[in-house]
Amino acid sequence: MDDLIVEFITETSESLATLDNELVKLESNPQDEGILGNIFRIMHTVKGTCGFLGLPRLEKVAHASENVLGKIRDKKLDATPAAITLVLESLDKIKDLIDYLSANGEEGAGDDSELTGRLNYFADNGKIQEVELKAVVNSDVPQELHDIVESNDDFSSHFKGDDDPFMMEALERLAAEEAAKNPPVAVEPIVEIIVAPKPTVVAASAVVAKVVKAEDKKSTDSDNGANQSIRVSIDVLENLMQMVSELVLTRNQLMQIVRSKDDKELVAPLQQLSHITSELQEGVMKTRMQPIGNAWSKFPRLIRDLSLDLGKKIDLKMNGAETELDRQLLEVIKDPLTHMVRNSCDHGLETPAERLAAGKPEVGTVTLSAYHEGGHIIVEIVDDGRGVNIARVKQKAIENGLATEASLEAMSEKQIAQFVFAAGFSTAEKVTSVSGRGVGMDVVKTNIQKIGGTLDLDSTWGKGSKVAVKIPLTLAIVSVLIVESHGQKLAIPQINVLELVRAEPKSNVKIETINNALVIRLRDKLLPLAVMSEVLGFDCNHKDLVDKEVYIVVCRVGSYDFGILVDKVFDTEEIVVKPVSDIMKSITIYSGNTILGDGSVIMILDPNGIARTITNVDVSSRAEDSVASRAAVEEEKMVGFLSFTLGKGAPKAVPLELVSRLEEINVKDIEVAGNKPVVQYRGDLMRLITLDDEFTMPNSGTVDVIVFGYDKKVIGLVVNEIIDIVQAPFDIKVSSREAKQHGYLGSMLISGKTTDIVDIGYLLSDLVEEAVASMNSSGKSEAENKTILLVEDSLFFRNLTVPMLSAVGYKVTTAEDGKQAFDLLDSGNKKFDIIVTDLEMPVMDGFEFATACRKSTKVNGTPIIAYTASLSEEVMQHSKDVGMNDCVTKNDRIGLLDSVAHWLVSHKESV
Amino acid sequence: MSEALNIALALDDADQMYVTMRVDSQLFGIPVKNVRDVLRQQKITEIPLSSPEIAGSLNLRGRIVTVINLRKRLHLAACENDEKNMFVVVEHKGELFSLVVDSVGEVLTVSDFAIEKSPTNLNGKWKEITTGIHKLDGELLVIIDINSVLTI
Repeated sequence: MDDLIVEFITETSESLATLDNELVKLESNPQDEGILGNIFRIMHTVKGTCGFLGLPRLEKVAHASENVLGKIRDKKLDATPAAITLVLESLDKIKDLIDYLSANGEEGAGDDSELTGRLNYFADNGKIQEVELKAVVNSDVPQELHDIVESNDDFSSHFKGDDDPFMMEALERLAAEEAAKNPPVAVEPIVEIIVAPKPTVVAASAVVAKVVKAEDKKSTDSDNGANQSIRVSIDVLENLMQMVSELVLTRNQLMQIVRSKDDKELVAPLQQLSHITSELQEGVMKTRMQPIGNAWSKFPRLIRDLSLDLGKKIDLKMNGAETELDRQLLEVIKDPLTHMVRNSCDHGLETPAERLAAGKPEVGTVTLSAYHEGGHIIVEIVDDGRGVNIARVKQKAIENGLATEASLEAMSEKQIAQFVFAAGFSTAEKVTSVSGRGVGMDVVKTNIQKIGGTLDLDSTWGKGSKVAVKIPLTLAIVSVLIVESHGQKLAIPQINVLELVRAEPKSNVKIETINNALVIRLRDKLLPLAVMSEVLGFDCNHKDLVDKEVYIVVCRVGSYDFGILVDKVFDTEEIVVKPVSDIMKSITIYSGNTILGDGSVIMILDPNGIARTITNVDVSSRAEDSVASRAAVEEEKMVGFLSFTLGKGAPKAVPLELVSRLEEINVKDIEVAGNKPVVQYRGDLMRLITLDDEFTMPNSGTVDVIVFGYDKKVIGLVVNEIIDIVQAPFDIKVSSREAKQHGYLGSMLISGKTTDIVDIGYLLSDLVEEAVASMNSSGKSEAENKTILLVEDSLFFRNLTVPMLSAVGYKVTTAEDGKQAFDLLDSGNKKFDIIVTDLEMPVMDGFEFATACRKSTKVNGTPIIAYTASLSEEVMQHSKDVGMNDCVTKNDRIGLLDSVAHWLVSHKESV
Repeated sequence: MSEALNIALALDDADQMYVTMRVDSQLFGIPVKNVRDVLRQQKITEIPLSSPEIAGSLNLRGRIVTVINLRKRLHLAACENDEKNMFVVVEHKGELFSLVVDSVGEVLTVSDFAIEKSPTNLNGKWKEITTGIHKLDGELLVIIDINSVLTI
């Protein structure tokens, strides 16, 4: 790409960001000439540069929008919200064009005359109504103007150097007169007339621009000194940072050596070196620092749009926008912050009516603030809305199986509020386009945690809520606490460490046990303990620990406090985090590794992973409970459903398992291919299904679509309205053949309402047919007479998988759980060539089933393929350990067919 | 003439240099282009919970190297005298790994044409990590497939 264009893109993107905010400011202070002048100038520069670089589309849009701004600036139009909206629209268009330009190096073909037409029409039309009256009075002027316009050459000389308002007025009068003559076709002549003398209008505006430029010079002259900066590519800085980090480490190493040698000669120069290194580090860090305001810059616009969309009055306050942090971090927190601000506006703030009723001011406030606190940066998002509904969170947590009623009883309100960060958790009663889909807060949390930050939610019902994000100043260097356990040195990130406690049998802080679980009493609260050596996989006798002197590192992950029991505690060290090797990524207790001052490698612990190990202990001990209670748990096994309305009759629902996304699709984008509605979706075509004959597609606006993904293919189910995500036991009460033919499995009760369950197998049957067709015929003959045992508890997946496998030629027998399958195999009545099993099943899960199979002489040679909804490294390793041959995810049907074929062949070979 | 030259060039292309090393008296070879360094005894930090093949990690001039015990990887008995062990550092997908071996030998140039597929009766673990066998005078050289040996 041309260097000039690259430069232009960077510069314009910056200007556009400023424009967004300036416009929103203008809307609240329509009389402020300073803001207006600034806006006009930026837009003018954009237009000018586009013209210079030969980018006609951009130029036209910028020009048209400049026209409107020019009129506002000359006080011919008011900066009404309508005007601002229109200009913002043109800004969006310019952004789109710039994006395209930066991606493709050229402007691309297209026509923006619809938008420019509207802009121009607005520029002119807004005036006409005013002038119409004048036109009647000065009815003799137009003739004069006609002459001027006809002799175009003279026209410009008439106005040379003069202010253009006179000309504008004259033109408009002319237009008005024309309009008065032919009232029925008023609009078209106006456009024509305005277009005709266009060259002169441009000339006039150029004069205006010159004046503006002169003013511009004056204002920038004063702060010229502050603007001495150069552009440096990020790579260079990144590299520099890396090297400085290494330098810091080497310095630390050197210091350590000298300290042990006690060499007086070296001390002074080393001190100097140390000093310079620190300064250098600070200096380089500074180059990467950016004010957090950069990440906030789009919020005023966002809030404005949201308040229009949601019909709420929202005021945005920003404190500490100048607080600086590492640009890498800035990038990472941008999206989470946006998400949280949206959440505050959508869920937090009430409508003006609700606010008044609650005795609050009509306008809701969202406050963003940032400040430094002990080597960290705290960013707070505070709203004065309704706060988190704790009762509702409790209810949802129970429904989603995240907690039991008893465990919730024991939690503080603050702890309960943290459930909103759990995956798939939404307490919004209504799903809106803005938020409430229950995906998001968990993503926010993971993103913040990824950069070593923490998230804290405080909320008072009726008063509002506050989310505080605590992030390190920079990613590159972190402070860690070095500890020792089982002779192994380990590092714990300082950000998670609250305090250090020494426990002794005789002191008032001592370790106590409850059924082998270790706790200490810390300021009247029980703190669960994780024994580090045990976490590391070494055996450890808890009884011994009680009588020993040990150290406890009190850590906080989110709002969960726990202690890590270690043998020794050393000092803190500043280190550069390096990622662990890919082959160790599956070990969750490490977040990275690094090289210490003495040159040794040390593993950095992830307190998150450690916290999980002690909660896991809980889960496994629960599994040892009596059979009776297990049965009770199974009965309650809940399935997630997405409920929605479709056509007439009862609400409908689909199991969440296969839902990939929820989308709003513009009806205009729906096309017809092969007699069926399709829509372009992420670079592919997505077939749309309506299911209900009575359902008629609206003619305009948007429709909600549930997207089902299956093996990289997608299919969309058009629905009237999405209601909610609910958990219910899967128990179909009524089903009929007729229902099945229409794509329903039957009806059941969800949240006390009769709900029809959509048969996903039916929806996806088209896709399955395609898959079968894609299998070649040789594969088919290979498959003849082979027998497969499919172990799968979910009716949907059985419905989906059996036809697919049998279409290829396999003979499929099904079992609903591991026990049923094993009994069938163990009886010896039937033999199978291959077994495909789900992993998560009631009674006997896939792992237990595979273990049992491998122990049994009857089936120990049969290949077993795990067929699972979610595949992780752990699952793969576990399945390998229990002797399964392969793992396939449930949405990879081709993968399943391939794997089955592969293992049938290799099984034959080995026999 | 030109044809003959082309063939000669092709032969040159097919020649590969291998760093040879011994584990449990078996000779192995790794393509020279993958090898970054050969080290003597090193201080290794153990990594609890990692797979048994991973001996730990070490610091090589500021970079962290994951150490893989080739004996364990090949399911051989542990070495009695591990003080003489050598560390062959290889780079793979931008990461550094080190293979612990008993000793490191000379660098051999072998033509690709002289490499045979591994025999069918070779143990599965071994078969997995070899790309082929080269017949030297008096003994066999097992060529290691870096990609598979580092897939744990």
